[in-house]
Amino acid sequence: MTSDMATRPPVTNSHTVVESGQRAPWRGLLRWESVLVLVLIAVLIFGSSQTPNFLNPTNFFYTGLNMGEIAIMALPLTLIIMTGEIDLSVASMLGLSGAVMGELFSNGWPIWLAMAAALVVGALGGALNGVLVAKVGLPSIAVTIGTLTLYRGIALILLAPRTITGFPLSLTKIGVVPIPGTQLAYSAAIFLAMAVIAGVVLHATPLGRALVAIGLQPEAAQFAGIRVNRIKIWLYVVSGVVCAFAGILLTLKNSSVSYDAGTGLELTVVAIVLFGGVSIFGGRGTIIGVVLSVAIVGALQQALTQMNVQPEVQNIVIGVLLLISVVIPNSGEAIRHIRDRARRRV
Amino acid sequence: MHTLSSVPRKVTLAVAVTLVGMVLAACGSGTSATTNPTAAATATSAKKGLTVYFIPKDTQNPYEVIADQGGQRALQELGGKVVISSGTADTAAAQIPSIQAAIQAHADAIVIAGNDPSALCPSLNQAAQAGIKIVAFDSDISCGSSPSHLFINQANTEKIGTSQVDLLAKEIGSKGEIAILSAAASATNQNAWIGYMKQQLKKYPNMKLVTTVYGNDDPATSLTVLQGLLSAYPTLRGIISPTTVGISTAAQYLSTHKSLLSHLTLTGLGLPSQMKSYVHDGTVKEFELWNPDNLGYLAGHAAAGLASGSASLQAGSKFDAGKLGSYTVLAPSATTGPSVVLGPPTVFNLANIDKFNF
Repeated sequence: MTSDMATRPPVTNSHTVVESGQRAPWRGLLRWESVLVLVLIAVLIFGSSQTPNFLNPTNFFYTGLNMGEIAIMALPLTLIIMTGEIDLSVASMLGLSGAVMGELFSNGWPIWLAMAAALVVGALGGALNGVLVAKVGLPSIAVTIGTLTLYRGIALILLAPRTITGFPLSLTKIGVVPIPGTQLAYSAAIFLAMAVIAGVVLHATPLGRALVAIGLQPEAAQFAGIRVNRIKIWLYVVSGVVCAFAGILLTLKNSSVSYDAGTGLELTVVAIVLFGGVSIFGGRGTIIGVVLSVAIVGALQQALTQMNVQPEVQNIVIGVLLLISVVIPNSGEAIRHIRDRARRRV
Repeated sequence: MHTLSSVPRKVTLAVAVTLVGMVLAACGSGTSATTNPTAAATATSAKKGLTVYFIPKDTQNPYEVIADQGGQRALQELGGKVVISSGTADTAAAQIPSIQAAIQAHADAIVIAGNDPSALCPSLNQAAQAGIKIVAFDSDISCGSSPSHLFINQANTEKIGTSQVDLLAKEIGSKGEIAILSAAASATNQNAWIGYMKQQLKKYPNMKLVTTVYGNDDPATSLTVLQGLLSAYPTLRGIISPTTVGISTAAQYLSTHKSLLSHLTLTGLGLPSQMKSYVHDGTVKEFELWNPDNLGYLAGHAAAGLASGSASLQAGSKFDAGKLGSYTVLAPSATTGPSVVLGPPTVFNLANIDKFNF
């Protein structure tokens, strides 16, 4: 065996998936996150030049307030996309957990118990996603489109057409006042704390390295001893619980809940994650990129609304960002591919 | 393998510094909201140069667009200006950034059609504390006195509900199963009218409301729920659609499936401009509405009056609404705060539909 390997010719510099996976990612990181910083600065300059009072602390509070729940949902989604899967049911779980909490609270349950029940529902929903994707082996995009509709439907049955209100004032003030002494919205502060945890997990623990490995080469990861299925199931459970938590925050912030809370947000969340430099194919991405992406999208939406740009145009802007975030990182591979084929012909 | 040391340190440092800088900037003391003491109505006419933010349910609904234009007309006459801002989906969350924009722009008044009776209250309360006057039109908000606001009602709420039931009953001989094709499940005005419809149905013991479906004021969704309705209840005799998007979608569907008209009757609230062809080809016999342009016009004058001090929320007080004349503020009731009613609804049919161009 060893003599075989000794006489084998040296491996040429071919573009195997693993090699380019090892070389391109951090180089890609260096370019993408730095560009995001520049884009953020550009957006802030743009906003302050087009509207009065853009850079004042109240606006910072509003941006945090509007983006808080979306940003929180983006964190577990980042980890899921890193493993090469996706979870499109995030916004529907947000709506379902709000519906569960509202329904129980309106039936006399204490608020903390209602919130705990909502989190349990999130865990169960996430487990359903995880089992179907990891154990049964179905494609995650198909499964989560199904659960997206399922969870929204359950929320509709639970609540429609009522709107539940009357949540305790001590809790709903998170939607009106910032953390005392600062201009940071409560949900934004929670997001930042969670981002630090997610960043540490992804970049400084063996679990984080396992996620990257699963995203790059799931079979190699399996043979390396990584429990791929178990990790995926737990990722989906975490996503379910975190989205349920976001649903609770959204309900308290709005001081009311109806079945259609958060409809359509999943696309914004996915766009933010991908724009943050996370590769849709898995194996590449940083939490810092996602945090920057949240800041850029939040500031941009705030600027466009205050410039009174039509919401349809705002959708176009988010769509273009999403396309850019998918095309540019992969354009490098496409160009290299074309170059190779040209070389081989010569 | 990706460890913390493999992420380029310079990038991490630069990004971390940027973030910390932003957070520190944010931690600076925020602008304290100044509460303007509400002056009694001392001025006699509206001030010039007012900015009023119109926040409709969404920016696409033709009915809301006409209403907003009425508001623009009103403010133009008064030398002020209107900014129309909202989202594309009929949700409260889509309207909150617009309220924030009004606060940031130091608007004088907000005129809002609420997508949800209570989700908007915290943001509107903040706006009121910043000195912005709050007027609700088309769809009310339910916030008690925080903030206190004026509701511009298009017609008597009860009458809107009961008259649609009466219209349908007349056409189907007061007998049969009926359904309601509504807008968003949380819309205040829809639920108020539906409540009165259910009450009125008690007067017609042979008419039965089998279900209410929600089209969210979106033509595609309205069509889908309509088709579901028709297949679930093949013996349906009547549909009431108290939303201009719902009734026009249903009329379009029925006009291409004329066989359904032998046993199905459609009525509700519709724009004459959208429904003209369907009345002429017999798909719909009668429906009703009021002039949304007048509604927005009245709301614009009310907002300008409140912001200038020439109008107040006092029951019985009057204010000037330009070409529409003078209006009186009605006393609050159990369900509504201070309000103003535009006028009675108009029934449109073959005899008069060509006279209207809205």
